[in-house]
Amino acid sequence: MKEVAFFAGAIGALGGAIAVIGLRNLFYSVLALIVHLVSLAGLFLVLQAEFVAAAQVVVYAGAVMVLYVFVAAYVGGVDEPLWEPIPAQRFVAPLLGIALFTEIGIAVVGSGLESIESEGPTVELGFGSPAEIGRLLLERFLIAFEAASLLLLVAAVGAVVLAARKRDAGAGGGEASPGGAR
Amino acid sequence: MDLSWYLVLSGLLFATGVTGVLLRRSPLVILLCLELMLNAGNLALLAFARANGDQDGHVFAIVVMVVAACEVVVGLGLIVAAYRRKLPLNVDELRRLRG
Repeated sequence: MKEVAFFAGAIGALGGAIAVIGLRNLFYSVLALIVHLVSLAGLFLVLQAEFVAAAQVVVYAGAVMVLYVFVAAYVGGVDEPLWEPIPAQRFVAPLLGIALFTEIGIAVVGSGLESIESEGPTVELGFGSPAEIGRLLLERFLIAFEAASLLLLVAAVGAVVLAARKRDAGAGGGEASPGGAR
Repeated sequence: MDLSWYLVLSGLLFATGVTGVLLRRSPLVILLCLELMLNAGNLALLAFARANGDQDGHVFAIVVMVVAACEVVVGLGLIVAAYRRKLPLNVDELRRLRG
């Protein structure tokens, strides 16, 4: 049963990932990433990371992807030129990717870690549940938790500044904007 | 199901993301490929958490998701700003910052 779930999730995740880089249409790439993320959430469930799986679906496949869809619809299709500034980039890039995968595979297989050759130890009920994760976040990883919330605040403010710059640049005129059409 | 399967899958997904960054030129697709790489890292973290029977990896994965969300917000903000200024959305042409 676990094998079936793993291979279903793996095929979905890998197919979604390849579709993201393979599809020419930007909108389809975003949709393929949603397939990838939901499949990965299934894999997280198999790994008994329930809270992370739920967060993956709600935060990523829900909120972040809505943002992507919005920006993809706003910006529209980006036409990638046919000429290649780096010769044979189309062939060299997959080769480099395969080389990297070989390297990672050798590192994983040759690591000699005993725990990765098994299914992992039996864990008690409640492993990966919101209560356990919440306790860890508020006790042991409190500093990381606060730093993450500060980072989110900075990113939100930064996004507002980036997106709203145009209007006050036109009003103040102190900053030269190259495309000041509106 | 050995946990090494998860690690190999994670490596495969990471390599796919790297290939996408090397191959594609639209900044939005490059952001999507960064997401692929971050999620591959998350999968490896959770596999190791399961291998050790320890939940610390779950907290790491959640922090990675927070960082990914921040990266998306700022990256998409940059893309929208570049689009409004009618800059070409192509990383080969947006290279004035390259040293």
